[in-house]
Formats: sequence, structure tokens, C-alpha cells
Amino acid sequence: MDIKVQVREADDDAYVVELGGEIDVYTSPKVKDAITELIDQGHYNLVINLEKVRYIDSTGLGVLIGGLKRVREHGGTVNLVCTNPQIKKIFDITGLVKIFGIFDDEQGAKKALAS
Amino acid sequence: MNEAATSIEQIETVELRIPSKPEWVAVARLAVAAIANRLPFSVEEIEDLKLAIAEACTTCITQSVGAETIDITSDAAPTYLRIRVRDHGFGERREPPPRPRAVPTADGLGIFLIQALMDTVEHKFDPQSGTELIMLKRLASD
Repeated sequence: MDIKVQVREADDDAYVVELGGEIDVYTSPKVKDAITELIDQGHYNLVINLEKVRYIDSTGLGVLIGGLKRVREHGGTVNLVCTNPQIKKIFDITGLVKIFGIFDDEQGAKKALAS
Repeated sequence: MNEAATSIEQIETVELRIPSKPEWVAVARLAVAAIANRLPFSVEEIEDLKLAIAEACTTCITQSVGAETIDITSDAAPTYLRIRVRDHGFGERREPPPRPRAVPTADGLGIFLIQALMDTVEHKFDPQSGTELIMLKRLASD
């Protein structure tokens, strides 16, 4: 079981958190730490790229929800990049498709942040 | 054939005990996927089962205090897979909030997902004897 977390600066003060592997009760603290660190540094517009994520459970969703709540307090937002049908299904079931902006590619997610 | 009509001889049982720690949940997930793969479940249904079993184990880990292990019993029948997840801890039950909510929270998402992905779910919690989830997924009849 593994999780890869890469953080990089995008345009317009946005940051991209690229995740890969499996996000579950064991690995989600690492994702939470990366997102929390960005927010603590004052970065409130985030793209979280889930394209290389094979699996996510409720603890992973909880980390994303927590991040979204925190950035919204500062007028920011979190957009997701997700193409995996199984993961998209989980966002559908939980109703999180209505809460997050979900995009098929990183460019679209970044563009929506800027608009 | 319904669950009640399935004779004991037709049910094959696999038992697994894992430590009640986050790093072992993936083992339960993979084991149940392997069991489900023995039955004619679709790839999507197996993914649903993997998520449901992981959520059940995570519920045990987060809800119970003092449980050292989680027992996972899988009954593979000709028409369904029933999985019982149980620990022997104690603690305080956290009721999932009603859904949908205007403001999303992570509380109760695990149980909500299990209910959405499985055909039947029983969730029992006793502060003295621990957490138990019994869930069943039927094979599609075609």
C-alpha cells in the first residue's frame, strides 16, 4: 500500500497537490498533512489531482472535505481532477459532486480557479 | 434462490483475523477481493465490496476502544457473499448524520457508503462487547 504526494506551484497563486496510489485510513494522514501545510502557508486555491489515485475511502474523502472547508473560510476553493470511474462513482454516491468542482484534466481545474 | 433457502452445504466460509490497526485494513480489502473474485461478481461489484469491507474495518478501528483484533468472516454462497466484521472493543457509538446535508461532513460517511454499496447491512454496537457489521451483496441474476 502506498501513497505519493507531490505539491507544486501553478499559475495565479494556485497550488497543485498531485496524489498517487491508495488513500485510506492508513495513508490519508499524509495527504492531510500536505493540504494542511499549504493552507497554513496561506494558499487557499488548490487543485487536487486524483488521476493517479487507484482507491479512496471515507477517510480520504474526509481529508478533502476538511481542506475545502478551511480554504472556503478564506474565500478559496478546491478543485479536483478525477477520471477514474470508480472514484467518480464514490463522489456521486456521497453527493460530493455538488460540493467540489470535478474536472477531467488539470488545465480545466486550474482555469476554473482563476475565473 | 434467496439467502434463507441456501443450504449450509452450499456456503463456503473464509475467516480472517487482522490487528485492529489502520495499516492492516488493506489486507482485509485484498482478501475480500480475492474471495469475491471466486464468485461471478463484476469488476465494479468487486470494487464496491473492497470499499465496503474497508469501511467496515475502519468503523471498527475508529469506533471501538480496546479492540486488538478484527474478525472478518466471509460466507460465499451460490447467490450472494455475506461478510461479518466484528471486534471486541468498547466505546461510544457515533450516529451517522442524516444525508444529504447542505454542509457536508465526513462523519458517518463510511456507514453511508456501505449502505449504498451493499444490498443489506446490519450495524450493531454494544459498549460492552464491541462493533459488528454484517453486510450482504447478492449476485446479479441474469
